[in-house]
Amino acid sequence: MSKLVQSIKEAIALSGLKDGMTVSFHHHLRNGDYVLNMVMEEIANLGIKELNVNASSLFDVHTPLLNHIENHVVTGLATDYIASGLGRAISMGVMEKPVQFRTHGGRPSDIALGRTPIDVAFIAAPTSDPMGNCSGKYGPSACGSLGYAFADAMYAKKVVVITDNLVPYPLQDWSISEDYVDYVVTVDAIGNPKGIVSGTTQITRDPVGLVMASHAAKVIEASGLLKDGFSFQTGAGGASLAAAKFLKEIMLEKGIQGSFGLGGITGYMVDMLKAGCFRSLMDVQCFDLKAVESIRSDARHQEISAMHYASPSSKSAVVDSLDVVILGATEIDTDFNVNVHTDSNGYIMGGSGGHSDTAAGAKLSMIIAPMFRARLPIVTDHVHCVSTPGQDIDVLVTQGGIAVNPRNAKLKEKLVGAGLPVLDIHELKEKTERITGKPQRLPKGDRVVAQVISRYGDLLDNIYNVPQKA
Amino acid sequence: MRRSMLFLPGNNPNMLINGNCLGADAVIFDLEDAVSPAEKDAARILVRNTMRYMDFRGCEIIVRINSIDTPYWKADLDAVLPYKPNLILLPKTGTASDALGVDAYMAQVEARTGLEQGSIGLMPLIETAMGVENAFSIASCSKRVKALFLGAEDLTADLQCKRTKEGREIEYARTRLVVAARAAGVDVYDTPFTDVNDDEGVVKDASYAKALGFTGKASISPRHVEVINQVFSPSLKDITYAYEVVEAIAQAKAQGKGAISLHGKMIDAPIVARAERTIAMAEALGLGKEERHE
Repeated sequence: MSKLVQSIKEAIALSGLKDGMTVSFHHHLRNGDYVLNMVMEEIANLGIKELNVNASSLFDVHTPLLNHIENHVVTGLATDYIASGLGRAISMGVMEKPVQFRTHGGRPSDIALGRTPIDVAFIAAPTSDPMGNCSGKYGPSACGSLGYAFADAMYAKKVVVITDNLVPYPLQDWSISEDYVDYVVTVDAIGNPKGIVSGTTQITRDPVGLVMASHAAKVIEASGLLKDGFSFQTGAGGASLAAAKFLKEIMLEKGIQGSFGLGGITGYMVDMLKAGCFRSLMDVQCFDLKAVESIRSDARHQEISAMHYASPSSKSAVVDSLDVVILGATEIDTDFNVNVHTDSNGYIMGGSGGHSDTAAGAKLSMIIAPMFRARLPIVTDHVHCVSTPGQDIDVLVTQGGIAVNPRNAKLKEKLVGAGLPVLDIHELKEKTERITGKPQRLPKGDRVVAQVISRYGDLLDNIYNVPQKA
Repeated sequence: MRRSMLFLPGNNPNMLINGNCLGADAVIFDLEDAVSPAEKDAARILVRNTMRYMDFRGCEIIVRINSIDTPYWKADLDAVLPYKPNLILLPKTGTASDALGVDAYMAQVEARTGLEQGSIGLMPLIETAMGVENAFSIASCSKRVKALFLGAEDLTADLQCKRTKEGREIEYARTRLVVAARAAGVDVYDTPFTDVNDDEGVVKDASYAKALGFTGKASISPRHVEVINQVFSPSLKDITYAYEVVEAIAQAKAQGKGAISLHGKMIDAPIVARAERTIAMAEALGLGKEERHE
């Protein structure tokens, strides 16, 4: 038998895709992805309408989706993250049906539980053999881990692998195996390597970012969690990476070896692995070239699926064993609810990703954010949108002080004891507003443009349209 | 207590509003070299408003005004003195009369704005050969002078020599300033280490300055602040020894002894004075208490 088909068009036809069905995509090619646009264009050309698109994340490279939305090719969107360009259009109300936002753990959970069935999954694969054994580790468009594609491959009714690096059967060291794959298509390029992974991710030089990072490392040290067996996740942002740098210095000085580093993995986490700070890395997504090289060559650096990473309906997930996670926020309110979906004016510019999964799982969930961005304070009375509930957040670290969630009185005691600048979140808000003033909010629209669905599958919050001036 | 003093450009709002978060014991709002002539007025207003609206509790404010050979210095003082900076840093101070001229004008502004006379200190910046040679007379010319500050970049230009990382060329100026300041009973601060990427170099340079007797050190990079604070803080060993000295002296007094030895070494008045300074600083910094009682 042969699974190789001549074109995306043929694969779509063979998959039996019809009006009203659901197609899915992963986001490992990030802002360099060609596959979603190529597939959607073929679908539009075939005259198929009213599809649901379930994509683990959407980037601004996917802006052509707006045409398909206008033309009713796409009428439903489910995703974990939407970048600001596309997000702005959603906030202005281009879709009739609200977008469904899930988390990186909630998405595969809902797929596995049959809550969001997928008819056809299109899996961009940097390397595949003709039977569909495929991997992200090799090839000109290598992206490393294919963690977010596993649930799609395992549960979609039909699975199409799209690759630009077809190798003879069998591909060794596959990520997704042939037993899930129906068709394999080759194309000239599945993505632009420049947009897929970044070069070396730089640690911030911004003095304010460094102050926050230094506070963050000291909070972790004072929490008592930093000991042999320590596990850690941090983001790819400048201040988060700088926090990892300070943490690395403490771990090396004290001779602490952690158990694992988790998450979207950057070169900096790879350096920590090599320096002996961790026994292993568990990698659902690679952020840069160094991470891709490491997952390819270092057996201690393991690929994990999004289900293994964070699904609340898995028998267990790695986030449940996580000690500390450092997370960002566009806003946080005085109840510690965090918004990572919209900006301070209410426009969609992100999504939970693994935010609320790791916050729920980790023993210490830390938000690191400046007191204000441009003229807008980060601490507010009520966030525009609850992405992660305050009950899962332990501490907010800013350059102007550290606010501990009153639910975690023990942590507060430890941080005060360590001489860290701890203050009440209301005080921090007032301190910030003395500098910025209290901003007047833009009026909220009356139409729900997106629903934030918690990792457990229930509705957490609604995002409303941002009314446009006439 | 000023271990670290961080220069912040007076025309950079983002740095100014975050100035009190960067860990320095004092910030220096710079109206002089960091600000081009076209921006002097804008920076002056920005610095004034920062002082007016921002809460700098826990962090002293120093303003570097323009030198007295420019047309700006009086306007600088008019703008900032009403907001009570801790010190005015006077660049290119060459003689006591330079400092006294500014002292007199500061007194006028204090009188005009209802501030207590002499409440705002003056810190002459010694950065010319003339200034180095006149260091003691500058340091002792007025009660308003609270400290001397060495500026090596301009000084080496004046000396017609190259500024190096090792700093041999400023060795004389450093020791001369320390002696002059101590003779006058004022503090003395070392020049910034200017290679912001050399993390080891700044430790070495700051440690050397401390060994010479400097009170603290200035910095042009927030990244150097923590290192400078560490170098100029007493170590746990110093603190422990200081408490031992004080306890030994107390015991000697109780036993009616005039002199006493500790670890085989005689304890004399200078050692006691140093121990008391160390304890005062450790207490101000909240250092060493828990460790000592463990």
